[in-house]
Amino acid sequence: MEDALVLGGISLQSRLFIGTGKYASDSLIPEIIAQSGAEVITVALRRVGMQQEGVMDHIPKGMRLLPNTSGARTAEEAVRLAHLAKAAGCGDWIKIEVISDTRHLLPDGYETCKATEILAKEGFTVLPYMNPDLYVARSLVDAGASVVMPLAAPIGSNRGLQTKEMIGILIEELDVPIIVDAGLGSPKDACEAMEMGAQACLVNTAIAAADNPVLMAKAFKMAVCAGRSAFLAGKARVHGLGQANASSPLTGFLR
Amino acid sequence: MHIIVNGEPKQTKAETLPALLEEFSLDPKTVVVEINGKIVDRSLVPTTSLAENDTLEIVHFVGGG
Repeated sequence: MEDALVLGGISLQSRLFIGTGKYASDSLIPEIIAQSGAEVITVALRRVGMQQEGVMDHIPKGMRLLPNTSGARTAEEAVRLAHLAKAAGCGDWIKIEVISDTRHLLPDGYETCKATEILAKEGFTVLPYMNPDLYVARSLVDAGASVVMPLAAPIGSNRGLQTKEMIGILIEELDVPIIVDAGLGSPKDACEAMEMGAQACLVNTAIAAADNPVLMAKAFKMAVCAGRSAFLAGKARVHGLGQANASSPLTGFLR
Repeated sequence: MHIIVNGEPKQTKAETLPALLEEFSLDPKTVVVEINGKIVDRSLVPTTSLAENDTLEIVHFVGGG
């Protein structure tokens, strides 16, 4: 069954986006991509000469790059990073991430909206990382966001779908795709988000920090596919306490 | 000449951007450069010269989520 996610005019078969941070070795990344089936991959922009090695040598051609604006504390800084990323020649998709709180790493909705508006007007396909608040989400959509990317839990925490209710409201109310980003700790979390009607999930730490990241990448791929299929299939009704409902006929018993 | 690269004061003999990137062993295809707050378009890197006290940011893609 054809079930593509169309984003910025691009048709995606995979609904699992992956990050490239925190791998014990970046040389794992090609195998992670292969096992996850991901078509979209995030990268960050940093000064050369620091500890981080460049990651591009490990990303196969044909992957859709989603640079983030991590490190930005204001809309202005996010816009500057987006311009640098575009100048690097990796297309015009940008994940807006504006964070000034270094303890909880929660995104600044106001600055994120400002950056989204500027970059969407310039023609970027803007994917803002956000706290799942309905009003912030609506402002982002009004500002030109192509999707919204609510956090499941704080970045890198692996605590799972802590914001489930609020993400459910976004799925219910918004016309743009919801891509759950940050905090998903295990494949069941991604599966649950997809069953709820999220259009995709972005996973980094839960794969990169697993004992066997390659196998975990495959597990997330299967979980996202399972959740998506369950959503499309339409779940059977949940029955309450005392309402057990036999699956086998209740007649014709041997006595 | 004296320039500032990624926040650090540097002395260089390079008079052009390609010469400076070579001095730092950087592949022009893997970095993006800002000079005095203005992005240098990739196509203009080969013909970009440097001036005394220029402030450069040289960035590249690293792993991130």
